[in-house]
Amino acid sequence: MNGACFRETLRICRRWPDIMAIWKEDVRVEEERHVRANDREYNERFSYADNRIKTAKYNAFTFLPTNLFEQFQRVANAYFLILLILQLIPEISSLSWFTTIVPLVMVLAITAVKDATDDYFRHKSDQQVNTRQSQVLIKGTLQNEKWMNVRVGDIIKLENNQFVAADLLLLSSSEPYGLCYIETAELDGETNLKVRQALTVTSDLANDVARLADFNAEVICEPPNNKLDKFTGTLYWKDNKYSLDNEKMLLRGCVLRNTEWCFGLVIFAGLQTKLMQNCGSTKFKRTSIDRLMNTLVLWIFGFLICMGIILAIGNTIWEQRVGSEFWAYLQWNKFTSNAIFSGFLTFWSYVIILNTVVPISLYVSVEVLRLGHSYFINWDRRMYYSHKDTPAEARTTTLNEELGQVEFIFSDKTGTLTQNIMVFNKCSINGKTYGDVYDEFGHKVDITEKTPCVDFSFNPLRDRKFRFHDSSLVEAIKLEEPLVQEFFRLLALCHTVMPEERNEGELVYQAQSPDEGALVTAARNFGFVFRSRTPETITVYEMGQPVTYQLLAILDFNNVRKRMSVIVRTPKGQLKLYSKGADTILFDRLDPSNDELMYTTSEHLNEFAGEGLRTLALAYKDLDEDVFDEWMKQLLFASTSLDNREEKLGVLYEEIEQGLMLLGATAIEDKLQEGVPETIACLTLANIKIWVLTGDKLETAMNIGYSCNMLRDDMNEVFIISGHTTLEVQRELRAAKESIMGPSREIFSDGPDTEKTDIYSSDSVFEETIISEYALIINGHSLAHALEADLEQILVDVACLCKTVICCRVTPLQKALVVELIKRHKRAVTLAIGDGANDVSMIKTAHIGVGISGQEGMQAVLSSDYSFAQFRYLQRLLLVHGRWSYHRMCNFLCYFFYKNFAFTLVHFWYGFQCGFSAQTVYDQWFITLFNIVYTSLPVLSMGLFDQDVNEQYSLRYPNLYRPGQLNQLFNKRKFFTCTLHGICTSFILFFIPYGAFISAVRDDGTQISDQQAFAVTIATSLVIVVSVQIGLDTNYWTAVNHFFIWGSLAVYFAILFAMQSDGLFNIFPNQFTFIGTARNSLDQKIVWLVIFLTTVVCIMPMVAVRFIKTDCYPTQTDKVRLLQQATRRQGPQEQNLRRVRRTSSRRSAYAFAHQQGYGELITSGKNMKVTTSSTSTYPLSSPERCPGTRGAPDETTTEAETNNTGFKREFDQNQDVTVEDLEAR
Amino acid sequence: MKKEESSERPDNTAFTQQRLPAWQPILSAGIVIPGFLIIGLAFIGIGIALFLTSQTIQVLERDYTGYEQDSPCFSCTSSSTKNCTCEITFSLDKPFTGPVFFYYGLTNYFQSFRKYGVSKDDNQLSGDTTYFKSPQDQCFPYQYDSNKKPIVPCGALPNSMFNDTFELFHVVNKTKKRVPLDGKGISWWTDYNIKYRNPSPVNGSLANAFEGTVKPINWPKPAYELDPTDPNNNGFMNQDFLVWMRRAALPQFRKLYRRITEGDYAAGLPAGDYSVTIHYNYPVLNFDGRKKVVFSNVSWMGGKNEFLGIAYLVVGSLCLVMSVVMLVVYAKFKFKEDS
Repeated sequence: MNGACFRETLRICRRWPDIMAIWKEDVRVEEERHVRANDREYNERFSYADNRIKTAKYNAFTFLPTNLFEQFQRVANAYFLILLILQLIPEISSLSWFTTIVPLVMVLAITAVKDATDDYFRHKSDQQVNTRQSQVLIKGTLQNEKWMNVRVGDIIKLENNQFVAADLLLLSSSEPYGLCYIETAELDGETNLKVRQALTVTSDLANDVARLADFNAEVICEPPNNKLDKFTGTLYWKDNKYSLDNEKMLLRGCVLRNTEWCFGLVIFAGLQTKLMQNCGSTKFKRTSIDRLMNTLVLWIFGFLICMGIILAIGNTIWEQRVGSEFWAYLQWNKFTSNAIFSGFLTFWSYVIILNTVVPISLYVSVEVLRLGHSYFINWDRRMYYSHKDTPAEARTTTLNEELGQVEFIFSDKTGTLTQNIMVFNKCSINGKTYGDVYDEFGHKVDITEKTPCVDFSFNPLRDRKFRFHDSSLVEAIKLEEPLVQEFFRLLALCHTVMPEERNEGELVYQAQSPDEGALVTAARNFGFVFRSRTPETITVYEMGQPVTYQLLAILDFNNVRKRMSVIVRTPKGQLKLYSKGADTILFDRLDPSNDELMYTTSEHLNEFAGEGLRTLALAYKDLDEDVFDEWMKQLLFASTSLDNREEKLGVLYEEIEQGLMLLGATAIEDKLQEGVPETIACLTLANIKIWVLTGDKLETAMNIGYSCNMLRDDMNEVFIISGHTTLEVQRELRAAKESIMGPSREIFSDGPDTEKTDIYSSDSVFEETIISEYALIINGHSLAHALEADLEQILVDVACLCKTVICCRVTPLQKALVVELIKRHKRAVTLAIGDGANDVSMIKTAHIGVGISGQEGMQAVLSSDYSFAQFRYLQRLLLVHGRWSYHRMCNFLCYFFYKNFAFTLVHFWYGFQCGFSAQTVYDQWFITLFNIVYTSLPVLSMGLFDQDVNEQYSLRYPNLYRPGQLNQLFNKRKFFTCTLHGICTSFILFFIPYGAFISAVRDDGTQISDQQAFAVTIATSLVIVVSVQIGLDTNYWTAVNHFFIWGSLAVYFAILFAMQSDGLFNIFPNQFTFIGTARNSLDQKIVWLVIFLTTVVCIMPMVAVRFIKTDCYPTQTDKVRLLQQATRRQGPQEQNLRRVRRTSSRRSAYAFAHQQGYGELITSGKNMKVTTSSTSTYPLSSPERCPGTRGAPDETTTEAETNNTGFKREFDQNQDVTVEDLEAR
Repeated sequence: MKKEESSERPDNTAFTQQRLPAWQPILSAGIVIPGFLIIGLAFIGIGIALFLTSQTIQVLERDYTGYEQDSPCFSCTSSSTKNCTCEITFSLDKPFTGPVFFYYGLTNYFQSFRKYGVSKDDNQLSGDTTYFKSPQDQCFPYQYDSNKKPIVPCGALPNSMFNDTFELFHVVNKTKKRVPLDGKGISWWTDYNIKYRNPSPVNGSLANAFEGTVKPINWPKPAYELDPTDPNNNGFMNQDFLVWMRRAALPQFRKLYRRITEGDYAAGLPAGDYSVTIHYNYPVLNFDGRKKVVFSNVSWMGGKNEFLGIAYLVVGSLCLVMSVVMLVVYAKFKFKEDS
């Protein structure tokens, strides 16, 4: 599949900064691009980027030096390297070199292995993308070339459904007039087809290879940029100038559709393509815990320095007072005899000894935990979507705990909340509804997968995927009820769909919007098969009989009219106007005789809307021949007028669309993905704010807002911001704010500068107090203004006061800006979820980007941090995995800091007993192994497996998510608490043995208060204390936890005795000087009594504090845990999951065409393959393609017109302004 | 729809689905309060046992530094006197049950000082004669003597070996009866048998093995002549040397000098007067140190140790108090909950 092909190409965006850096070095700033077709020599002079993509960092030779260099750029690694160097200086070396080098080498090795694996996959995927085949015209022949060998100026041939390999200037295509169709979903997320048209001069080249090879035009155009919808350039050929615009460009990332082949001239290649340029910058994402950790590590450095200074001062004093007197026994060389210098050396010695407060294994352990959590996400069967065989994937392994802290979710609509599938679900015809299924007692039956479908086998042209459950409609069709027939006839005639028939009966509809496609497909299945069209005719197979209607006019859709009509002449010669449109609009134009029907239909519409369906009203009108002739004349006159053309046409359309006869209404389901409303409700309960950012129209977005239960009728107010100027937007926003907060609060919003200072203090409190529910809907062009510096504050204020925020018609860049805005102003963790290329920027900007996988386009997934197939998995990702990850990570960090402080600071206390000489308390081997062997695995297993509350309860009580958002489990305060705990423990660990050992002797009278026995006693106490402590911190004792905790203790004793055994000493007498200490001290009762006492004194206060805390001030988690334990005792009870009911609301949603102007293209016949009015089906390959007269002067004028009106969306114009505006900032 | 088992579907194991069976303990009142109670009672029990045992252990300490003018060893404190001997006396009201251990104690003496502690050559001490020629650098400045001859054993730790010697006399009817002192096995078995090794004797003589080396500066005699009475107690395998080399953790320490296990005194020292003759060699006053002799016997818990017994009693009582406090808190909370 082609989709797979592209994912590697796009992966490059993830490493954009690196690539940009390389690229900037090579190329000086390009002012203007000169490209000569088929002239590689000429083009090479400019050294444009070629089509190769390189994302790999290393090769076999550079790996080791480069990787080590990179690793030592990390502060922590560099720190340990410096420590290592310090340790090599004999004067200050208080520890052997191996205490640092062993962990450091382990850390470096683990990281290097990970980097190497990553790079290997990058190499592989680079290779895959670069070796993709494309047909390039070289030396007069078409040759298969790898993508990476495509150069600027080459002419390449594309075939149907292929991805475009580079940014091309369309030269010619298989379609008449040099038209070709592309799908730009990868680029902007729009799924409808777009038309591109070649210059007439070049489209004449057709597929004549010889002439194409001789084509030697030169293109002078803009330098590479990231504007997807803009291109300016000039083509010089045969002394003529032709201007080029975006309508002639095929951009990399698009897919060729409905076009057998086309030829294009490569203008931008590789990294200079618009797609790559549009990737936006990828920032290396770090979690807030990462940042906090870095701060804390700096603090610990500071603390370490302080300790060092205190001890150094102590040493100076000691040397002066005691040490110098001790001269007879401690005689050093002259230069260390200076007390101050000795203090200076002692400082460094203590820096070495106390370095373990900054645990080297911290970073590695954190990485390991995150990796483990990522695997749990990958392995989760409840996030596996079996229909598409897509498991969830954690693509970034560094962000997991942040999933437990999300406050804002920015969601795309199409493909994310919805499936982007429109289904003809219900209809109302002449006051009767169809579509519901009733059982024998007349009760409505819920439609499920198992509900039997209507059998459409009577219709050989049916669409087999179409499902409908109410058989009464088919019966009505079979009974030939005239109004039902008219209803479907209307659906078959009144649209701008293009049919395509590959083989007999295999109809494929190319609809601009999926709504239209759904309606025409419905008509097709009910026996009114729209089969082919010419500019003047439409052929419909009505119950198997071909009927050709003459198409007289298309009264096209636009945003103001909210309806479209066609005027046709039936074979019997009747003139008919068929109209479909928004109910409110259409109801105003009905004949008064329809009142009663209108009332009934209106009821039905209410009903449909209540179920979240998109509705359209249908009406027809018989036209009088004379009236129509007169009107037609006026229409022709108006359409040729130069000024106010649109307006005049509008008036004329209005004129004839009067006195309509109502037929009924359709209800289309914009199929939400499964479980979307429930997920949103659940996430809302978890106090996560969900914003919808969509490129869709306002109506569509609102509709989905209602069906997702984000908008409800019982909301106090829904503010719609759609101003076109800064002032208007400001006024609207202020009005919204005033009506929420009351005018008294106006003072605050007046000056944006004064507000920034107190926004965090006052408004955040105030937000909570607002009980009423508001919603904000803002349009793309308003957003452009609202995002300006002086309005953004008020936008944030208003948006955060509203329960629901929907931004529609936003550009990809705006999506990113909105996310950025919240990141800046709210200091909250943001998550962006989307499926299309238009979501990439926002996915990259947000703290966490989630891509919906399993769709056609993979771009969103490739730039995302997490991906899965269904929106509803988000609930599980955040509430279960995220919460657990956060909980585990926080507990892990607390324990880790505690453990290292308890371990290290014993040296501080000992400093007072050893003349501040940086004498270690422990054996050096113990120091080496403590962090990486004795205590790493229990805490890792806690960090991997711990569950404070199991998954069912995590989902059932979404407010358990709150602590993460409030950052309660690990923050600076917590850090202080756990370090203080560690310090106290170290104090106890030192002073209880101290008290006991002052006068202790063994039970055989020999000494035990020697340094080594003391070391073993404290070390053993320490290992036991931290093991008990991890036991207390572990909520969820799996077999693995048991194994590691008991195992660590066992390993400690095993290693202790092994290291102090005779054998090892005999081999390395210098390294294992602790020979026999364990044996001689641990066989003493007194030593065990000391260890036992130390353990109890260290642990019991903690137990008491925790008990009293959970008893008096239980957190939500504590309560749920108790509940969980209580239910576990009683046995499992299945509780029904909440179901969210949609509220009924009447909305006339009109979203059937994404663009206007398709109608004109149809009537002009430009997109028709066959120009003769024939009713025959479209042949698969017509040898006699009739491209029409070429080069005729009138042809060029219509062409220009098409470009001006036909495909120019109003959205484009807004976007032009917007993008530039935004970038100017 | 037929579902085939695809490769992408994650495995359904308890591990991958994070559903491993687990014990999920909660610090509930039912565990914590009785726990505290039991630990408290146990600690009080242990504490009482320790305290009582400690009371039965007899300890006798005599400072002989000679700091005060009227103290018997004052005359030995001036650095000029050589081979000074002094005598301290004590009397026992009741018999000192045996076996009695004879310790010397030092105060304000930093054996725990890092550079002091590392100032020795483990290779020398394990009998490796190659290091006799060139002692390791950490021995500096006790590595070579002024004639560049290597010192064996090198380093500050061996050099500063305690060299006061004691003789104990039982004064019966004004006559001094020597109490036999047993110097065997006063060091750790591992030190004597594994850690320290003499070089192999050359031509049957240990002294020859030390050829080419000089004794530590402070030592009156070379290592191979440490104990003239017992040829097996020489070199590095000298018990006193081993005791000294096991350096103390704290600046206040005592080290075993001799055991009193022989003859009439095997069962202990009977009540009466005793005198200790001290060959005073070791200067400590210049760093404000103190020297003392200690006589003590031991129990199952080792020497006298009041700290531990008291600590156990205190902690045990605190646990009991805590359990009561927690009970009150818990009851109050319960009450609140109900109402």
